Amino acid sequence: MAVLAMRDALNQALREEMKRDESVFLLGEDIGLYDGSFKVTRGLMKEFGEKRVLDTPIAEEIIIGTAIGAAMSGLRPVAEMMTVNFIMVAMDQVVNAAAHIRYMFGGGTKVPLVIRTPGGGGHQLGAQHSHSHENWFAHVPGLKVVAPGTPADAKGMLKSAIRDDNPVMFIENEGTYAVKGEVPDGEHLVPLDKNEVKRAGDDITICAHSRMLIVAMDAATELEKDGISAEVVDMRALRPLDMAPVVESVKKTSRLITVEEGWRSYGVGSEIASRVYEEAFDYLDAPVARIGAAEVPAPYNKRLEKIAFPGKADVIVTAKALLGKN
Amino acid sequence: MKVEQRPADSKSKEALTDKASLLNLYREMLLIRRFEEKTAEMYQLAKIGGFCHLNIGEEATIVGTISGLRQTDYVYSTYREHGHAIAKGIDPKAVMAELFGKETGTSHGRGGSMHLFSADRRFYGGYAIVGEALPIACGSGYAINYKGTDEIVMSSFGDGATNIGAFHESLNVAKLWHLPIVFVCVNNLYGMGTAVNRASAVTEIWKKACAYDMTSERVDGMDVLAVRRITDQLVAQAREKHEPSLLECVTYRYRGHSMSDPDTYRGKDEIKEWQTRDPILSLGEHMKKQKMLTDEEIERIDEEITAQVEDAVKFAEESPDPDPKDLYRDVYAGEGAA
Repeated sequence: MAVLAMRDALNQALREEMKRDESVFLLGEDIGLYDGSFKVTRGLMKEFGEKRVLDTPIAEEIIIGTAIGAAMSGLRPVAEMMTVNFIMVAMDQVVNAAAHIRYMFGGGTKVPLVIRTPGGGGHQLGAQHSHSHENWFAHVPGLKVVAPGTPADAKGMLKSAIRDDNPVMFIENEGTYAVKGEVPDGEHLVPLDKNEVKRAGDDITICAHSRMLIVAMDAATELEKDGISAEVVDMRALRPLDMAPVVESVKKTSRLITVEEGWRSYGVGSEIASRVYEEAFDYLDAPVARIGAAEVPAPYNKRLEKIAFPGKADVIVTAKALLGKN
Repeated sequence: MKVEQRPADSKSKEALTDKASLLNLYREMLLIRRFEEKTAEMYQLAKIGGFCHLNIGEEATIVGTISGLRQTDYVYSTYREHGHAIAKGIDPKAVMAELFGKETGTSHGRGGSMHLFSADRRFYGGYAIVGEALPIACGSGYAINYKGTDEIVMSSFGDGATNIGAFHESLNVAKLWHLPIVFVCVNNLYGMGTAVNRASAVTEIWKKACAYDMTSERVDGMDVLAVRRITDQLVAQAREKHEPSLLECVTYRYRGHSMSDPDTYRGKDEIKEWQTRDPILSLGEHMKKQKMLTDEEIERIDEEITAQVEDAVKFAEESPDPDPKDLYRDVYAGEGAA
């Protein structure tokens, strides 16, 4: 098992799937000759040629539309949106088309499409390059939405997403591309509909996805020093949302914190909390606590930006408060 | 109206002079006309719900373009697509059943009037967001080139679609990537109730392709033979040279935008004037002059087609509604579900 950065784990998944299946091709802005804005597609145009690694104009609607039509016509496109903010330009294609085509055409076709796109802030990129919008997509029937937080899951879920017959929103995070971890070689598949406990604990449950998984894991390590045993559930599968490990964990710990990088309102944490109230209300000793970004457009100033996005300290303070240990 | 047309090549001329070919075009147009008239009737009887947009008046444009395709060629259309679906070979029974929302419809009652589909006939759907299908059609074009097969794509849309970004993005990549597409603009002079000259800085839509250095033509969309002639050339260009084109067919819808349109934005005289150039009557006259058709034959054909449409209604009436237990079927392909 090799230790790889997240971007290289993703790159490996793409390369392996392109080798395995001729119908897999990539398209997006500067993914080929430029090697990708975040270097996830590095070297792939050189290896597979311009037909299978297609540099597109900076025109998001045509990128997603082309991917949908190609998917309906027998190919397996993997489209890259340089950031999730850019996909707003193509929301019609994602929601009205990709997500709904199969159903509105009575199952007459399928749309095996992956849209890779990073969200996340912390790089002083301001209000149009920093947000997390996975909840928007997770709202929509017809889409699958995943957001892995480790290099191994990134590889395994991307391979599964490419093989899936549905449109999959594959949410990455700009702050995790350099994060390293062990990644199984070769055929490593992680299901798109299974969340899992990444760290076992007894006192409190923290669930998080993508970069916030790393924040939650760090917070759990800190909490342990203070004698608090936190269980961390990775919510990498957002739609379909696998609640089983969260519900199981809450039955044990009776306390839950949700952590997401996006705004809390109408967010991932809101959905998780609601489902926990429905499925495990009697087990709770405290209301579910939701941690998310400050409800402002992401500010540029470094200090403001730091307080706008959730971090380890927020998780620790919240956990202690829930346990009455502040 | 200025109609720019290149001389037809010998092959397509031949195809448009024999009686069997002309009769096919005539029958196909009449089928769409009678189907749509019946659709209006069924809508008024509340057998059909939702929005309902009719192709009446546009038959020459629809048949003239789609008859030039093979079954394996792809057609993408809009929410005004009953005629396109029939012209591409979908059984009128399945179309009517879809309008009735029945399980036997083209989309099993999940789509309705605006979302007809057939994988088998490569009718790749009616889309109800203006201009949305053009980028998707480009995807089919890309897939054809990718696989090295010889199908082509026909992407049909209204004049209104040519003002949105997706139109321009699509023409740009179609030319850039040498996609085998014929873009067909059904210019019926109105985007809903807004006349072309009130919505578009350029009212001759074909000119918009010039920005992409793309072949473009304007044709009298009421003349099925003219439409077919130019279609044959553009289809051949797409198939053989992998070069896209834009074909503007100037036509007219006799009815309002949808069944719920009171049609207050245009004069009755204008409608009557266009009706004097009716595509079906014109072809009938042409064939009579050529001694290919008699009044008796015309009457007999009409009776046959009227009966065919009646059969479609009967089929739709008698078909079952979708089973409520199947509400969630086909949200996802495979076993995945949310």
